[in-house]
Amino acid sequence: MPSNAFLLEERIPAGCHHALLLKRGYALRLTDLSGDGNVGLLAFNADERSERYNMADTLKAQHTHKLALGNVLYSDMGRPLLSIMGDSFGWHDTICGTTNAAMIEATYGLNDFQLARNGYYRNGRDGFLMELGRWGLGRRDLVPNANFFSTVAVDDEGNIALSDASYQPGAWVELRAELNVLVILSTAPHPLREGPTYPEGDIEAGVFWAGEVPASDVCRTACGENQRGFENAEAWFALPDGGPKA
Amino acid sequence: MSTLLRQETIRAGDPFMARIDAGQRVRLVDTEGNEAIDTFFFNAEDPRERYSAVDTVRRQRKVYLTTGTELVSNEDRTLLTIVDDTCGRHDTLGGACASESNTVRYAHDRKFMHSCRDNFLLALLNWNEDFSKRDLGPNINFFMNVPLSADGGLRFEEGISGPGKYVELVAHMDVLILISNCPQLNNPCSGFNPTPVEFLLWDA
Repeated sequence: MPSNAFLLEERIPAGCHHALLLKRGYALRLTDLSGDGNVGLLAFNADERSERYNMADTLKAQHTHKLALGNVLYSDMGRPLLSIMGDSFGWHDTICGTTNAAMIEATYGLNDFQLARNGYYRNGRDGFLMELGRWGLGRRDLVPNANFFSTVAVDDEGNIALSDASYQPGAWVELRAELNVLVILSTAPHPLREGPTYPEGDIEAGVFWAGEVPASDVCRTACGENQRGFENAEAWFALPDGGPKA
Repeated sequence: MSTLLRQETIRAGDPFMARIDAGQRVRLVDTEGNEAIDTFFFNAEDPRERYSAVDTVRRQRKVYLTTGTELVSNEDRTLLTIVDDTCGRHDTLGGACASESNTVRYAHDRKFMHSCRDNFLLALLNWNEDFSKRDLGPNINFFMNVPLSADGGLRFEEGISGPGKYVELVAHMDVLILISNCPQLNNPCSGFNPTPVEFLLWDA
């Protein structure tokens, strides 16, 4: 990240939801200030919002079930939406989805708006829907999300568990937009996190200009699949407004 | 005694869609072995409620599907339960093949090969034009072997199924089943030779 200040900056408290339009070439740096945070993320092509982050296509194209430096988040249309151009964390979860109100109450106890006003325990499903609704999207668009700052280990039998590696105060990740991307965030706790204490601590979200993707880019050159994915993204912009440049 | 209501052969590479009422039992047979059956479910009364791979994985704390697995919806309700399984393990993280992902995974010239997404969209739109790509999510791949490794890897490997292996499910609510008998020729998910499968349905 360049040393100059962010162009846009937001601090998102635990449990809340947020969205931003990240145009091609800009990047979002997320920082888990407390180490106990989780950022559920959905991403859409802002120019054609039926195109969206696809967990399965992301995993099989890159032969991975974790996200880390060099990985991209693929859409269902064979294009990278976001590239992980920087990452201090190492293993972000893709396979656990988010929480709903019943799961939050079962894990953390009843603490709703009636009891706690704005200190209530929010959940990921409702947060995602409230944010999707602001952009004309809805339940059909609530697909499996990525979970940044949460590591989920898988054993030989396929059993999964949240890892202690999830706790890394100050961990950060940088996501560069390869299309014009609508990013939807929920900072509700990871669905495998144990209670009874609901997490506290803000997520810092800062936007900066990342610039053109160099030929040597770590995400683009990670594998032949990503080379072709970046070519697909470039083809999306092959017909610029007003005709080709002179 | 339960009564056999329906028996259909789904030819290699074909789509299929049917309604299954609560309590009815379905069997999918991998007739010739190692044939991925890409499968998705909707609540028949409210198709906005659909199968959710991540909620299924999260609820059972396990990534593979077999006898006892509850197939969970995006509303965290049980759509169906797997009640019998002679294969032993099925995938739900590999998703369905598509022209677009084929260009990424293999080569740009694989774009015009037949795919599960084409099957899914054709079956959905023939069923009801209110459906679109937005209604799809990561599906189940019965009889497909996609092991995850402890270091974070995921691979499509040679199948562990065989001729005549089957899986049985009982519906907990009225559901729609959407199937693509996978036509993929670029990886071992259908043994590089797609083959027919059987769909059988019994009453409650």
